[in-house]
Amino acid sequence: MTLRSRHLLGITDLGAEEIELVLDTAEAMKEIAARPIKKVPTLRGRTVVNLFFEPSTRTRTSFEVAEKRLSADTLSVAVAQSSVTKGETLLDTVRNLEAMAPDMIVMRHASAGAPHLLARLCRSVIINAGDGMHEHPTQALLDAFTIREHKKRLDGLKVAIVGDLLHSRVLRSNITLLNTMGAQVWACGPATLMPAGLARFGVRPTTSIDEAVADADVVMMLRIQHERMHGHYIPSTREYFTLFGLTPERVSRARPDVIIMHPGPMNRGVEIDSDVADGPYSVILEQVANGVAVRMAVLYLLAGQEGEAD
Amino acid sequence: MPQVMDADRMGRALTRIAHEILERNRGTSDLALVGIRTRGVPLARRIAHSLKDINHTDVPTGALDITLYRDDLMRHAVGPQPLVRRTEIPFSIDDKRIILVDDVLYTGRTIRSALDALIDFGRPRSIQLIVLVDRGHRELPIKADYVGKNLPTSLKQSVQVRLQEIDGEDEVVLEGDAA
Repeated sequence: MTLRSRHLLGITDLGAEEIELVLDTAEAMKEIAARPIKKVPTLRGRTVVNLFFEPSTRTRTSFEVAEKRLSADTLSVAVAQSSVTKGETLLDTVRNLEAMAPDMIVMRHASAGAPHLLARLCRSVIINAGDGMHEHPTQALLDAFTIREHKKRLDGLKVAIVGDLLHSRVLRSNITLLNTMGAQVWACGPATLMPAGLARFGVRPTTSIDEAVADADVVMMLRIQHERMHGHYIPSTREYFTLFGLTPERVSRARPDVIIMHPGPMNRGVEIDSDVADGPYSVILEQVANGVAVRMAVLYLLAGQEGEAD
Repeated sequence: MPQVMDADRMGRALTRIAHEILERNRGTSDLALVGIRTRGVPLARRIAHSLKDINHTDVPTGALDITLYRDDLMRHAVGPQPLVRRTEIPFSIDDKRIILVDDVLYTGRTIRSALDALIDFGRPRSIQLIVLVDRGHRELPIKADYVGKNLPTSLKQSVQVRLQEIDGEDEVVLEGDAA
């Protein structure tokens, strides 16, 4: 069993067996975090470039920790200090980095499809760490890992994803993954933040959080992405919280063993009540810890395919 | 393909090894068994069971996956990455006398990886090695302390260890021509 694709550009590249392989490998990787020496020599001598054209704390540090735990040499390029601000094109930036012969490039970019372009034109293995409003595959994988740890399965679960659906790549990757694994996804948000034709993707769209959360096994909250909003989508954050915020009262409509997830960063009092974020059902910090294990699994599995040409 | 060990002989060899462990270590204090995945793990459990039968003491037992420490991992051209499985060592190995357990000793490279892996978990007082079959052809300066059976082989042959827990039966089979 191996991954069919040379790169990880999106969850759409993965079948159910491949998703299982990543999650099973991540389970083995997770144990390394509990050791006195949290490091294995697996990727010794490999160079991984983390190329982030958008701000990121969690994902970037998570990839860095994962790379270091596998003994890869890592270098992180922050866009604010890079030649992109001096007018260099994406392709020129990446070609220059490639001249230094990295084995893998982890990239985040504001434009959907940017990592796909690199995958076509570069020798390196490309891992998508979020492209525009398109995909964020490692986030969906770590979410699935966290759900599976708690529920021991993914198929047949009711997963409610609530918030800014329109701008969310986390939503898109999660829909694909959860559908592939047989979960039932409900997507809830204000009509202004609901992408057109959502039902075609096999999810149940609703504007009622009470309906979405009712008897849910998993509730996943999404952040209101002000930085992507070029217009007025919601009247006020206070009204948004009243209609779509996750409160303890709303959590009580879900299954008694519900888990509450959030990809971060959280806006307390906008999409989620602090009592819920810090409450007994919240697995938000577990998601962060699991992110490292899942990214180690992805790096390891893709490292075997470096030599392969498309 | 000739069978070189059946269930009875395997059982007797493991019992003999358990006695040798007790003799050499003067009991089981500070001992711990660590089986190398896959087939070292059930072998380690069986030896722990024998030690309990003979000495009435429990010896902690763990499982070690050496995949991430393999020296050939990133060298082969292209191919599926070997499956990584969980390492489970639910005790501190500091100052313990660790006994590694594996099914077949061949080039010694697996044991080299296992030593590296183990040392990442702490500083054991000593590490000893049990193998069910030693087939020779070492490529590294590694030697087993307890051997179930010494089995001279040619490089063309392969040694298959089958265990009840994994394969449904206990036997060791030598496959291929000696020449």
